[in-house]
Amino acid sequence: MNWEEIIIALPKFWGGALLTMELVILACLAGFVIAVPVAMMRASQNWWLRNIPLIYTFFFRGTPLLVQLFLFYYGAAQFDVVRESFLWIVFKEAYWCALIVFALNTGAYTAEIFRGAIQTVPHGEVEAGVAMGMTKSTLYRRIVLPRALRMALPSYGNEIILMLKSSALAYTITLMDLTGVTRTIIARNYLAIEMYFTAGVIYLILTFIFIQVWMRVEKRLLRFQNT
Amino acid sequence: MLDLQGFGPQIAFGAWMTVQVAVGGLAIGLILGLMGAAAKLSANPVLRWTGQGYTTVVRGIPEILMVLLVYFGGEDILNRLAETVGYDGYIEINVFIAGITALGLSFGAYATEVFRGAIQSVPVGQIEAATACGMSSRQVFLRITLPQAMRLAIPGLGNLFQCLLKDTSLVSLIALPELMRNSSIAISNTREPFTFYFIAALIYLAITCVVLVGQLYGERWANKGVRQANS
Repeated sequence: MNWEEIIIALPKFWGGALLTMELVILACLAGFVIAVPVAMMRASQNWWLRNIPLIYTFFFRGTPLLVQLFLFYYGAAQFDVVRESFLWIVFKEAYWCALIVFALNTGAYTAEIFRGAIQTVPHGEVEAGVAMGMTKSTLYRRIVLPRALRMALPSYGNEIILMLKSSALAYTITLMDLTGVTRTIIARNYLAIEMYFTAGVIYLILTFIFIQVWMRVEKRLLRFQNT
Repeated sequence: MLDLQGFGPQIAFGAWMTVQVAVGGLAIGLILGLMGAAAKLSANPVLRWTGQGYTTVVRGIPEILMVLLVYFGGEDILNRLAETVGYDGYIEINVFIAGITALGLSFGAYATEVFRGAIQSVPVGQIEAATACGMSSRQVFLRITLPQAMRLAIPGLGNLFQCLLKDTSLVSLIALPELMRNSSIAISNTREPFTFYFIAALIYLAITCVVLVGQLYGERWANKGVRQANS
């Protein structure tokens, strides 16, 4: 192990880790915004409402993230219509492509997690809400969503960790995230093992920090449960 | 729009390679998973810590980093070792071997947890009964624990295999000629990225569907001997 070279490279790793964190946080926020309405549609009684978003979740959960990234970043350029429209400002930037694809991807997984949770909200609580004369939107806002999102916390945390790990693919479309930075460092000093090892340790640290934060969030949101 | 311009056979070959990588990774991963579960459940603290370390580290780093680490890092290690024993040629690692090793390593870490959970849910009474019948610990494992644990492990392993299938696209980044790689080659000739990546996506979806159906039948087969409450 060449520790000296690792210490010299640390500031560069830090820059990459910042971009990785930025991508993951923004993608997860956007993914959450997508997931809640999609999950509500997926849990609906109406056949059309239930199955139309299925096309979206099935596609994004059934294909590799790498294919989705390439489809957006390289694929969009195939159509002159896209290239000549205002959309091109978004699609020509690797950053925006990565962000959009990550958000849609994690949104699809999160939506299915939330759907499962919405469907397991105890019947009695929903019926009690209806008996109180709540409208559908009040019922969702006050009973179903707060209850379901809390139940989904553990699996949602897992999904965010998976997103953190998947974000390493951003380097394939030229972004300088943690993995991208690692590869440029290796291209200069040829120390593949040391540098990939360091990147792995940084990912582990990021995961570890996230798990600690998430445990606190869970504890706080579920503080009414006496465990 | 979906004009393949003569690249059809290459794409088909790539899809076949993808299936081979997935099955290879599965084989290595299942072996590692069983070994990991055995280590985590053993009475020996060193083995337990090794198992714990394996699952914690591997589950915490991205799969793509694993692939790059095994391929470039593995080559690096081999060459440094070769240098110390006085060999001065350059050793290259086979891409296929590196790919399935890397995917198998991460599959194994998740499979360890699935197997551990499944093995732990086999009732202790049955193991005690088997021991009382005079079975050796190996016989107990092969005849009592494993068949029942397999049944409980199938849903978890099926989900993991779905992930593995999608992760096979990562080995295209170390230039293994599977579906993604061959699509990229076709694109550099035809300049139609959307068409070919879209076809690749559809093929992945088709393989996923086949695996889902297989999983359904597998679960039904494994649950033959179990009475289920109708709801």
